[in-house]
Amino acid sequence: MATLDDVDVGSSMTLVSLHGARTLRRRLMELGLLPGTQIRLVRKNHLGGFVEVEVRRSRVSLRLTEARNLHVTGVTT
Amino acid sequence: MIGSLTQRRTVVVAGNPNTGKSTLFNALTGGNVKVGNYPGITVERHVGTLRLPDLSTAELVDCPGTYSLSARSREEFLALEAVAGLPPIGRPDLVVVVVDATQITRNLYLTLQIIELGLPVVVALNMFDQLPAAGMTIDVETMARTLGVPVVPVVARDGTGIDGLKRQIAALLHAPQRARPKWCWQPTDARLRADIDAVSARVPDAWADGDLERRDAIALWALLSLDDDDELQDVPVALRTAVGERRAAADAAGRELEREIIQGRYAWIDSHEPAFLRQTRQVNRFSDRIDRVLLHPAAGFVLFLAIMTFLFQALFTLADPLIGWIEDAFALGQSGLRSVLAPGLFADFLVDGVLAGIGAFVVFLPQILILFLFLGIMEDSGYMARVAVLMDRVMRAMRLNGRAFVPLLSGYACAIPAILATRTMDRQRDRLLTMLVIPLMTCSARLPVYGLLIAAIVPGGDGAPLRQGLLMTAMYVFATLMALVVALVLGRTMLKGPRVPLVIEMPPYRLPQARVVLRSMWQQGREFMTKAGTIILACSIAMWLLLTFPRDVTLSRDYSAERATLESASIVAAGAAAEDIQERIAALDAEELGERTRASYAGRIGHRIEPALVPLGFDWRVGIGILGAFAAREVFVSSMGIVFGIGSDADPEDAVLRARLRAATWPDGRTLFTPLMCLSLMIFFALACQCMSTLAVIARETRGWRWPAFTFVYMTALAWLLSLAVYQGGHALGFG
Repeated sequence: MATLDDVDVGSSMTLVSLHGARTLRRRLMELGLLPGTQIRLVRKNHLGGFVEVEVRRSRVSLRLTEARNLHVTGVTT
Repeated sequence: MIGSLTQRRTVVVAGNPNTGKSTLFNALTGGNVKVGNYPGITVERHVGTLRLPDLSTAELVDCPGTYSLSARSREEFLALEAVAGLPPIGRPDLVVVVVDATQITRNLYLTLQIIELGLPVVVALNMFDQLPAAGMTIDVETMARTLGVPVVPVVARDGTGIDGLKRQIAALLHAPQRARPKWCWQPTDARLRADIDAVSARVPDAWADGDLERRDAIALWALLSLDDDDELQDVPVALRTAVGERRAAADAAGRELEREIIQGRYAWIDSHEPAFLRQTRQVNRFSDRIDRVLLHPAAGFVLFLAIMTFLFQALFTLADPLIGWIEDAFALGQSGLRSVLAPGLFADFLVDGVLAGIGAFVVFLPQILILFLFLGIMEDSGYMARVAVLMDRVMRAMRLNGRAFVPLLSGYACAIPAILATRTMDRQRDRLLTMLVIPLMTCSARLPVYGLLIAAIVPGGDGAPLRQGLLMTAMYVFATLMALVVALVLGRTMLKGPRVPLVIEMPPYRLPQARVVLRSMWQQGREFMTKAGTIILACSIAMWLLLTFPRDVTLSRDYSAERATLESASIVAAGAAAEDIQERIAALDAEELGERTRASYAGRIGHRIEPALVPLGFDWRVGIGILGAFAAREVFVSSMGIVFGIGSDADPEDAVLRARLRAATWPDGRTLFTPLMCLSLMIFFALACQCMSTLAVIARETRGWRWPAFTFVYMTALAWLLSLAVYQGGHALGFG
C-alpha cells in the first residue's frame, strides 16, 4: 500500500481509502475519487506543492500534503 | 399575454463550474441581465428574462457553478438555497442543469442531486460538438430515458440547440405534473434508510414545502454537509443535532455515511452510463501538452511571472493614455462650464464639486476594464484554475487564497480595480482578507507624493538619482512587507478561517470567447460607474464643501481691492509691464486661495488634529494636505501648493513649491520639512488609508460601512504608530 504523494508520475492505480478531514474526504469523493476508483497521477509539482490526478475523464489538482491522505494500491507505470 | 405578472415563472440554471453555464445563460436571455444580490450574502445574482417560443416569458436565474449541492461555507449553501428555492427565495418552476458532455460522469453527480429535489429538470448537454474530439459518443434519447428527464444537446458558444432547449422548457412549464422526475439512485440499505428517516423528521417544514421526497433529499444534503465546524448559521439546531447523532452512531458502527451516499450515486452512474455513453478511443488531451509547460515546476512559474508582468505593464501603458484623455476631457469640460456660468459659488460647486467628482471616479474606468479583460481571458481559458494551484503554496503562507495573487499585484497600480478583482474568489473570508490588505500596496497615486518628499530628503547633486531611486525602492519593499505582515496577523486573528483543502478541477483549456469576456468586462465597468461611482461622487462633493466653506472669513488683506487696482493698471500697461501685472494677479489669487483654504473647515480640522500630528513632525498645514489627499493621494501635492500660496496646479517638480516647502518653518523658526519629517510623512502615506474611493469600493463590495471603517482605522493607526516610531526614534538618534 502506498500513498498518492509518493507514487511516480504517469502511474495508474486503484484508490483504496481516504483519510484526513471530513470536508477533504467529502470533496474528493464528490469529484469522483471514491475507494475502488481507477486513477492516474498526471503531474507532480514539488515546488508548487501539488499533484494532479485523472479520475473519471476529468482532472483534479490537490496539495501534496493532502495527497498523503489517499491510500492506493496496484500501482503500475 | 400568457406570461402575466401573476404567474411569473422562475427557471434556475445550475451546473458545474467550467461547463459554459454563463454562456448558455446569456444565450437564453440574449444578454439582457440584471445583476443583484442573493439575500444576506454578497454574491451576485444574475437574473434575466427568458422569452419562450409560445410568447410567454420566465425569469431566468443563474446559480453559482458548483460540483455538488453539499455545503460547508455560507457561499456553498447558496447552491441549495437557489436550486431548491429555500425561503425566502421560493421554489423555482424548473431547473436547467448544464452538463459538459465531455465531462459527463462527474456532471451527472450534481444532476442526480438536483433530480432528487423533485423539481422539473431539463439537462442541457453542452459542448456536444466536442464529443468526437474527446473520442466519445452519447445516445441522447437513451440518456434521457435512463435519467428520466429531457436531455437537449446544445452548443452554447454558437447557439446550436438553444431553440430546442427553449421549446423543451416551455413544454415542461406548461405540464409540470408529468415533469417531476423520479430518483435515480434509491437509498435501499436499511441502515442508511433509517438515518435518512431520522434526519428527515427534523428538516424544517418551510424547507420541505410539504413534499416528502424533497424532505428526504434535504436530509441527504444535511448528512453530507453538516458537522461541528461548518459555517452554516441558517441551519436549525434540531436538524444539526439529528445529523450529529446519526453520524456518531454510524461512526461507532464502523460505517461512513458520506461514502455510502456519494458512492451510492456514483455506483448508479457507473452502472447506467454505459447504456448511453461510448468511449470509442482514448485521446491525448491537448490541454496536457499546454500544462506540461504552464504547470512545469520551473517553466510554469517563470511563464506565470511573465504573464503577470505583462498584465501589470498593460495596466499602466494601456491605461495611461486613456486616463490622460479622460482627465483632459474633464479639464476641458470644467473650463467650458466655467466660461458659460456666472462666476460665483454655484459655478464653483458645479465645476470643482460635481464635475470634478464625476471625473474622480471615471478615471478609474480604464484600469478596471483592462484588468477585467485580463481576468476574463484567464477565467474563460481555464488558466485561472492553474493560477490558484500554482500560487497556493506561496499565498497560503500568508493565509491567502492562491487567486489573491492577481488582485494584490493589481494593487500596485490602483486599489480600486484590485478590490473589484477579488470577485474571482468564492469564499467571502478570502475576499475580505485580500481586500483589507490591497490598500497597503504602493499604488501609483502615491508616487507623486513620494517624488515631492524624496526630492526634499535628497537634494540634487552627484549620485542623487541613484539615492532617490533606492529610497523609492525601499518604500515599495517596506509597504509590501507590511501588507504581508498584516495579512498574516488578520488571517490568524479576526479573519481566522478553517483550513480549506485545495481540491479543484483543472478544466480543459478553451479559446476564450470575445463575447463572454467583453460582456463581463462591460458589466463590471457599468456596475462600478453606477454603484461605487455615486459613493465616490458624494465623497468628492463633501471634500469640496470642507475646503470651500465657510465663505465669510475675515481675510488679512483686501484681495478684491488689490486685484481691482492691478486690473485697472493693466489697462494702460503694455509689454513687459503688462505681463508683470498678470503674474502679480495670479500670485494674488494663489495667496487668497491659500488663505481661504487655511480658514476653511478643512483648515480648522487641520488645526484641530495638529496635536496628533506634531509627534510625527507634521504641522496643521501638512494636516490640510493629508485631509485633501483623501480625495486622491496625489492631491496632496496640489493641496500643498494651495496651502503654501502658489496656486492649485503645482506638480512634484515645481521649483517654487519645493523652495516654499524648504523655507517653511514652525512658529519658533525650526525647519518644518526636515529629511526626517519627510521620511515620517512618506511612511504615513505608505500606510494610511488616504483614499475615499478605496473605502467607497470596499463599502460597495461588502455591502456596508463596517469593513471600510475597520480598514480606515487599522491603516491610520498603523501609519500613525510607525511614523511616530520613525520620527521620534530618529530624533532620539540625533537625526533631523
